[in-house]
Amino acid sequence: MAEPPRFRYIGQHRRAVEHRRFVTGQGRYAADIALPGLLHVAIVASPHASARILSVDASAALALPGVHAVLTGEDLQPEIEPMLPGVDAPEVRRFPLARDVVRYAGEWVAAVVADSRAIAEDAAELVEVDYAPSPHVVDPEAAIAPGAPLVHPMRGSNVIFRREFVWGPVEEDFAAAAHRLSYRVRWGRSATVPIETFVCTAAWNDATNLLDVWASIQMPKFPDLLARCLRLPGNAVRVHFDVDVGGSYGVKRGLKHAILVGFLARQLGRPVRFLEDRLENMRGGDMQGPDRLFDVTLAFDDKGVIRSMRMRALDDVGAYAGRSPFQLGKPVGAIVGPYTIHSVAYEAISVLTNKTPQEAVRGFGQAPTNYAIETGLDKVARFLGLDRIELRRRNLIPPERFPYLIPSGTLYDSGDYARVLDKALAAAPYAELLRQREALRAQGRLAGIGVSTCLEPSGGNSSFEPLFNPKNTTTTWMDSCLIRVDLNGAVTAVMATSSSGQAHETLVSTVVGEVLQREPDSIRVIHADSLSALPSNSPVGSRMAIMLGGAAAGAAKRIRAKMLRIAAHNLGVAEEALEWREGAAVLRADPTRALSWARLVEIAHREFHNLPPGMEPGLQESFVWEVPGGGGLPTPDGRIQMYPCHSFEAHVVLASVDPETGKVALHRYVVGHDCGVMISPDVVHGMTYGGVAHGLGAALMEKFAYSPEGQLLSGSLMDYLLPSAQEVPPITIVDHCTPSPLTEFGQKGSGEAGYLGGPAAIASAINDALAPLGAALDALPMTPAAIWRTLRAAQMARAATESTREPT
Amino acid sequence: MLAPPSPVTVEIIVNGTPRRACVEPRTTLVDFLREHLGLTGTHIGCEHGICGACSVLLEGEPVRACCLFALQVEGLSVTTVEGLAPARGELSRLQNAFCEAHALQCGYCTPGMLIACHDLLARNPRPSEEEIREAIGGNLCRCTGYQQIVDAVKLASGQEAAHG
Ligand code: FES
Ligand code: FES
Repeated sequence: MAEPPRFRYIGQHRRAVEHRRFVTGQGRYAADIALPGLLHVAIVASPHASARILSVDASAALALPGVHAVLTGEDLQPEIEPMLPGVDAPEVRRFPLARDVVRYAGEWVAAVVADSRAIAEDAAELVEVDYAPSPHVVDPEAAIAPGAPLVHPMRGSNVIFRREFVWGPVEEDFAAAAHRLSYRVRWGRSATVPIETFVCTAAWNDATNLLDVWASIQMPKFPDLLARCLRLPGNAVRVHFDVDVGGSYGVKRGLKHAILVGFLARQLGRPVRFLEDRLENMRGGDMQGPDRLFDVTLAFDDKGVIRSMRMRALDDVGAYAGRSPFQLGKPVGAIVGPYTIHSVAYEAISVLTNKTPQEAVRGFGQAPTNYAIETGLDKVARFLGLDRIELRRRNLIPPERFPYLIPSGTLYDSGDYARVLDKALAAAPYAELLRQREALRAQGRLAGIGVSTCLEPSGGNSSFEPLFNPKNTTTTWMDSCLIRVDLNGAVTAVMATSSSGQAHETLVSTVVGEVLQREPDSIRVIHADSLSALPSNSPVGSRMAIMLGGAAAGAAKRIRAKMLRIAAHNLGVAEEALEWREGAAVLRADPTRALSWARLVEIAHREFHNLPPGMEPGLQESFVWEVPGGGGLPTPDGRIQMYPCHSFEAHVVLASVDPETGKVALHRYVVGHDCGVMISPDVVHGMTYGGVAHGLGAALMEKFAYSPEGQLLSGSLMDYLLPSAQEVPPITIVDHCTPSPLTEFGQKGSGEAGYLGGPAAIASAINDALAPLGAALDALPMTPAAIWRTLRAAQMARAATESTREPT
Repeated sequence: MLAPPSPVTVEIIVNGTPRRACVEPRTTLVDFLREHLGLTGTHIGCEHGICGACSVLLEGEPVRACCLFALQVEGLSVTTVEGLAPARGELSRLQNAFCEAHALQCGYCTPGMLIACHDLLARNPRPSEEEIREAIGGNLCRCTGYQQIVDAVKLASGQEAAHG
């Protein structure tokens, strides 16, 4: 394979330009926006999972000094448009404040506005709401059973989306296979839980009819949706993308928060801020993640080559839905993982329950699906008595078969999966892990090695929208960049979205520096607001290295092309005779003849008489880039090109379990990772480490647990446990580079790295540890209590078998 | 009806300068710093003492500013992230190492992390990896997986980072 191309700035260690403001406390987050006369919001939330609202009495709250308003759903709903789900289910209407009916414990019923947060919270406690509780359902399987209480009776069913896809000759492949194996796995309800909760500040100006919004947002089409729901023209809402967002990883989609705050700011004529407290964030913030049951059957031969797969995924989206049902759609683009599985039947079911709504989580549904597939690989290996790594080798798509078309219609761009796995095993090194596993077992611990080999689709488009909703014909998911070179020759690049830790300013300045051959640290990158911005679809779906990087490169190339044209005109030579060197136009045949950067800038800005005829003066170019390979609607049988680029990760883990307590320790963690050409290796590595840690949380610790009554039991960081530096082990990353043929520099995306394969690998290690006792656990999170119960059940089962044998 | 609590004047020495504001007695230290002094470098993540985003030094010891009332620290000396750099426009060795080792992403936990690590290095100039992990064990970061934070502390203490 060819060596990846060499670059001047791309792929080099470079300090992220964002860091300096963050380490000095000079970041500017949404909660830091101080406006004169700012008012604060507190929420009155439903204590019931399902109830009718009989009355709301706000008189005591309104009498409290410092309180400005109490808004109910009755006041608000007639004034705004509902938020609708992305799938075709118009009955599932959602508003920031409930009216008549509440559908989950924590649903917002009223909002109190006061001079301070503390006063608003005091007043919220004085709002008296009368409820008549009604039947509820919190279990997704119960929710689809006949006679279940309906979360949205108008819908007639708790199923908000269901479709069965068949891609390829599933029947024939199953009939021809020597073996089939069925299993069930469960992905627990967890999420990304950023350290910053959701914050929104808004101010309305009566003179200009303009709503200014500062929000910790990471959401495609947020300004447009906000304007539509508030019944304002798009140009009456200005979302400021220059706020720093304190982490998101998918969930910061506070549309309802922003509708509420925007409405209040306009109604009261005062700036308003809503800062979720932690319970609000966990419960009524609507930011919980996928909660999925998979029933899978694999068909395979004696050698363990998997020929076909049937998968049914039942996902509990909670009481309302935005884009959450699409989280079953995105994995269609990598439904066979990195394997040569020839045909697939996939049934996707999104179900409504009386729980907090689900929101996008890192990977947009891919991590649970990867976990389900990988669990099957381990089970097949165990069934056939084969080594799990050898089994994967037999099924991995070989490098010579790229680009590789999977049964569901996506073309994988490039990859060398076995090689990445080999690199991870060598780094472990695997022989040493085997030795350590035996040593741990000799000490009386349960020890296991885990492995996973997983896809990271990247370059997010929105192909799952038309796939899951025929009325939705979205086929573009562009991103853009504008570059200006000023009269003094300095370069400014304008991006059109906020960032939540992805170092986009570093990305853009590195890319623009590379193309223009200007020092990246001299290039300023700013975040536009939604009225001055070009179109963007925000940093979702591991797309920014590809899409923003591609747009920045495109705009920079236009600047460079223009400067070369100016140079050719002034030197009296053909453009092809020139080359771009060190930020100047140089005659290839005679490098003494050149026009410097400064001179070209001068001509462009001041000397119309030296510009080629018809050329626009000045130096500014924009570029709007369509997702590569995108642009098509699905076929009638549901095949579509999902994301364009495919990164890959191989995890190898050594874990042990304390048989007395069920507590897990991770002794060695290695990730082999291939995301093509890395633009900023430090950033990619950082996201991968963070993704592994997040995956560890999903695998072992994190769960939005509900009581049978539908009460959230883990609404604080004392019950919903995030991994600390003491749980996350040292992690070794081994890089590999298979450039993407579809992108400017060969880059692929990596924002979801680590998380997409981590839970599968950790679960694999635990099951390897439990296997000698005949125990298996196929539900996340594998908390100490869950492991302990599994061990205990296995012990009882053994005891029972032994006692039945005894009489003979 | 609750009577509004009468405001009190609180004076705290923040980053070496006496600062005063008239606040409700129930104002937490973190709100005092952020809302009344405009020092927004100190963040809030949970307001119940778990995440560490609000960490500041109180008389040189790390504390959670969300769990203290401003009134409780009247007259005492508080150092926030804004006070860690030796001079305006400069970075401390630790801040510099955080930038160099990419020990942050969204930056939200960073002020608290810096406070925890600053305190560690003051007590232990050459901490081991285990000691570093223990020292930041009460500061949650959702972005970094902690690895590059450990690397940064090693770098700041003149030790080679163990990982590439
Ligand atoms: S905000 Fe103080 S510990 Fe979380
Ligand atoms: S850098 Fe984002 S939470 Fe730590």
